[in-house]
Amino acid sequence: MGMFEAILLTIATAATPLLIAGVGELVVERSGVLNLGVEGMMIMGAVTGFGAALATGSPWLGFLAALVVGALFSLLFAVLTLSLATNQVATGLALTLLGLGFSGMLGERFVGMPGIKLGNLDIPYLSDLPVVGKLVFGQDPIFYLSVILTGGVAWFLFRTRAGLTLRSVGDNHGSAHALGINVIGIRYLAVMFGGACAGVAGAYLSLVYTPQWVENMTAGRGWIALALVVFASWRPWRVLAGAYLFGAVSIGQLHAQALGIGVPSQLLSSLPYLATIAVLVLISRNRRLTMINTPASLGRPFVPDR
Amino acid sequence: MRKTLLSLAAAAAAVALGTVAAEAKVKACFIYVGPIGDFGWSYQHHQGALEAQKELGGEEQVELAYLESVPEGADAERALERFARSGCNIIFTTSFGYMDATNKVAGKFADVKFEHATGYKREHPNVATYNSKFHEGRYVQGVIAAKMSKAGVAGYIASFPIPEVVLGINAFMLGAQSVNPDFKLKVVWANTWFDPGKEADAAKALIDQGADIITQHTDSTAPMQVAAERGIKAFGQASDMINFGKETQLTSIVDNWGPYYVERIKAVIDGTWKQQDVWGGMKEGHVVMAPYANMPDDVKKAAEETEAKIKSGAFNPYTGPITKQDGTEWLKAGEVADNGVLLGLNFYVKGVDDKLPQ
Repeated sequence: MGMFEAILLTIATAATPLLIAGVGELVVERSGVLNLGVEGMMIMGAVTGFGAALATGSPWLGFLAALVVGALFSLLFAVLTLSLATNQVATGLALTLLGLGFSGMLGERFVGMPGIKLGNLDIPYLSDLPVVGKLVFGQDPIFYLSVILTGGVAWFLFRTRAGLTLRSVGDNHGSAHALGINVIGIRYLAVMFGGACAGVAGAYLSLVYTPQWVENMTAGRGWIALALVVFASWRPWRVLAGAYLFGAVSIGQLHAQALGIGVPSQLLSSLPYLATIAVLVLISRNRRLTMINTPASLGRPFVPDR
Repeated sequence: MRKTLLSLAAAAAAVALGTVAAEAKVKACFIYVGPIGDFGWSYQHHQGALEAQKELGGEEQVELAYLESVPEGADAERALERFARSGCNIIFTTSFGYMDATNKVAGKFADVKFEHATGYKREHPNVATYNSKFHEGRYVQGVIAAKMSKAGVAGYIASFPIPEVVLGINAFMLGAQSVNPDFKLKVVWANTWFDPGKEADAAKALIDQGADIITQHTDSTAPMQVAAERGIKAFGQASDMINFGKETQLTSIVDNWGPYYVERIKAVIDGTWKQQDVWGGMKEGHVVMAPYANMPDDVKKAAEETEAKIKSGAFNPYTGPITKQDGTEWLKAGEVADNGVLLGLNFYVKGVDDKLPQ
């Protein structure tokens, strides 16, 4: 395996959890809801995914459990913010705190236990092709699902009627309601979709990336996913670009250090963030485009008057 | 913001828990920088605390209270004050960054004993400091690495450029050079103590660039798993990580705080507690090597001999001749480095393939 190929594989692993959580949150925000609980839902997914895989011996069941728990956990947020119209920012933060603490309690018995890793794809002949073999045909199944998910969400949002409805709810919930659209119902579904994605992204950490459970193992990745959604101005393929840019710079700086190029490591460590901010500024230069893509009702509670 | 909220929640929870226990002879309190479930630094401190409680007669004799994930800085001061007011007789603050907060609060509570790990400030008579010579273990690891590596290159995942970490890198290098003078060491700074994903990525980068032995000064087991996957050898950190690399872990430096915590809490019970500054190593039992595994007998023998030599006090890893990275002489042949210099170490020895971030 050449070094270049190895680097690309590492980047894909680093970017995949960000991409899945990011795309999920994108759907939530497109429906006009800001859920800052991504980190909490991810860590809940990580701990249940790990536990379920350990109990059943199947990493796939681990992912399934993480998906369900992520969705259920986000349901808590949905009930509070949508049915009881609490403040979305505060409720989202609370969800993150709850997730971090609760997962630590649930996962206490898993500390120090090696996990079950979801294996990589191995297609005879194809996976052994030079250069592209491992990259295109030899990665973990979730990697492929993450790309399919991105395409699926892009198609759903911009090419289907249901997607248009969801976006209209996010842009102007008053008008959508007047048209007879069930604003709250659609937002419930969107929030739970985001929760399911975050759960799977968390399980990716504890079942593929680093197959183990340790408290706080998401280490802020939920927050990065949240930032990526804004960075991508709420466009799915841009979330993918952002996740891979962030992953590439993160891995690139580690290689630069190992090569001993003599640039201060503190500067290199901050590069992924600096690069992301730089691109964010460049993208939002076009004010009109940003305005079009920003869900206008984002974060505003909706209480139907009857 | 997030950290503050977290610590507040943690503080509230722990204080609520701390008031339940019945009258005990002594109340020992611990402040941890990470979660006790990190299977690394904070986990080992907590194991030490539990060991002390057990050794000294269980819950009826020693009441334990602890706070996890307390950020270094102003939050620590609040947490310490709360502990001091809640009836703690002795408080252990287990991270370097609690240094100023510990001394400040100690000034207000003369009856409470404070023990600060890895620091050097003792501004009040009720503040003691303690640390371990983990670099002794790293010297042994260096010897093993140079004997086991086919490529002659090891990868080192470092956390932050503080003396403690530099001390470990140099000791590893000196151990390796005692076997193979041309040994190479690649260093990657993760700039974090704990981020499994990032540590795994760093391990992958080092292996991709030719290192066939991985060692780390960060706290998660992720690098061990990466090494296992790639079929190379690695050293564990803080606790015995053999479960994460049955055919991978050569040995691990185990932080063994138990004996020290027993001794100090007992001193409070007996009324013999005094201020001190302890820097214990293998000799004192503070630094323990996990069983040597996955290596031929001759390597194991060399490792055991090195360990015995350090343990007996006959050998200090920082004994000259040692040349600095820039080629100037640091220690003459036979000269032993002064502890004060070691605790503030800010340069590499010759042969480290990295530029030390300043």
